[in-house]
Amino acid sequence: MTVLRLPMLTILAALLLLAAPAAAQQGAGSEADSPRAATGGAQTLEDILARQRGERVDDRFRREAVGDPAQAAGIRMQLGTLGGASDAEVFRALRYGGADVTVSAKGHASEIIIQDGGMRWLEWRKGPLREWGGWLRGGVVGLLALFLLLRGPIRIDGGRTGETILRFNALERFGHWLLAGSFILLAISGLITLFGRPLLIPLLGKDAFAPIALASKWVHNNVAWAFMLAVVWVFVFWIVHNIPNRADLVWMAKGGGLFMRGSHPPARKFNAGQKIIFWVVVILGISISASGLSLLFPFELPMFAKTFEILNALGISQALGFGELPAQLSPHEEMQYAQLWHSIVAFVFIAIIIAHIYLGSIGMEGAFDAMESGEVDRQWAREHHSIWFEEETGEPAHPAHEAPPAAE
Amino acid sequence: MRAMLIAFLAMAVIAVAADLALDYSGFATAEVTAGPAVRN
Repeated sequence: MTVLRLPMLTILAALLLLAAPAAAQQGAGSEADSPRAATGGAQTLEDILARQRGERVDDRFRREAVGDPAQAAGIRMQLGTLGGASDAEVFRALRYGGADVTVSAKGHASEIIIQDGGMRWLEWRKGPLREWGGWLRGGVVGLLALFLLLRGPIRIDGGRTGETILRFNALERFGHWLLAGSFILLAISGLITLFGRPLLIPLLGKDAFAPIALASKWVHNNVAWAFMLAVVWVFVFWIVHNIPNRADLVWMAKGGGLFMRGSHPPARKFNAGQKIIFWVVVILGISISASGLSLLFPFELPMFAKTFEILNALGISQALGFGELPAQLSPHEEMQYAQLWHSIVAFVFIAIIIAHIYLGSIGMEGAFDAMESGEVDRQWAREHHSIWFEEETGEPAHPAHEAPPAAE
Repeated sequence: MRAMLIAFLAMAVIAVAADLALDYSGFATAEVTAGPAVRN
């Protein structure tokens, strides 16, 4: 048995010796196959391509490579004064929030020196926001000009009678003009803020633009309070007149009579178009005020992480094709989302209000009187708000001897 | 027209009052963000 044991042990040892290099080779092979082997642990071509495809890249190789003071060379040794972290490692720690930072500025989030992702916001603000917003405004103005050209102003078909009826009392008009005046100032100052650098500085120069920018900031920050008060004001005064009813369906079906001469679908104090304007003003007004307050008091009123969380939970963001929205945001990201949302809502708001201003002024004869003196011509009231006219006066909007408008 | 002018006046008054009130309440940017190392 002893004679047999020795050769067997020899064979076993030989097998082990043969297997060991193979295992070692296998181990080395898996390391060699590691995607970061060729880059010494840094990012790979695959990382770059994945990022370009919009995929999430595991960036721990970078996030965690922030040096280690415990591994620092002795102070008398070569490179000892580096303290265990190279400049690149210090910047990585700052970028990913791992650095121990002391700043002399106070206020929220001042210890965040580098905000990863801030460039995405800046690029979006410089690019799509300005371009799409500009096209939206220009498009609305163009469409209205075309409408004015083709349709012309909407006249009082029956002619002015010279007799008037009170449409809006002084308090209603006060609320409307408080809202209108503040909205226009906020729109102009907001557009100066957004388009100042690419449009006004090349035109006026930096010295002339500086006081304009400062004035715009002051106006935007402080007139905002008048706007918020006015939104509440008009909501309280007009909500009762803006509940949708069946007459609105008829009005909508006839396009409000906007596209056909002599067509005057019946309406109460506010027609369906005006109700849409009312609800747009209330909803967008609340939304823009919320994001505006978040911007007025930086870092105090974060609201987007929570909103995204709710949208994710309800499946709304997924249904709209946005996928899972980030439910954890840095303080600066909160502000950036607030700024973008504020601007997007503002552009939509401006586009709609341009159409409202058109119809309330040059687009419709007699409409401006309602907000100037509060008194409108009785014939205007008969044609555009027949149900309201009958309720107010007790008279039929279309007397028996007059044929009702053909399109009704 | 009078309602419009009064509204515009009210807007100006609200804006100035808001600026003064926020400044007085310690919400001025300089007060919120500048540390003791910043000279006045």
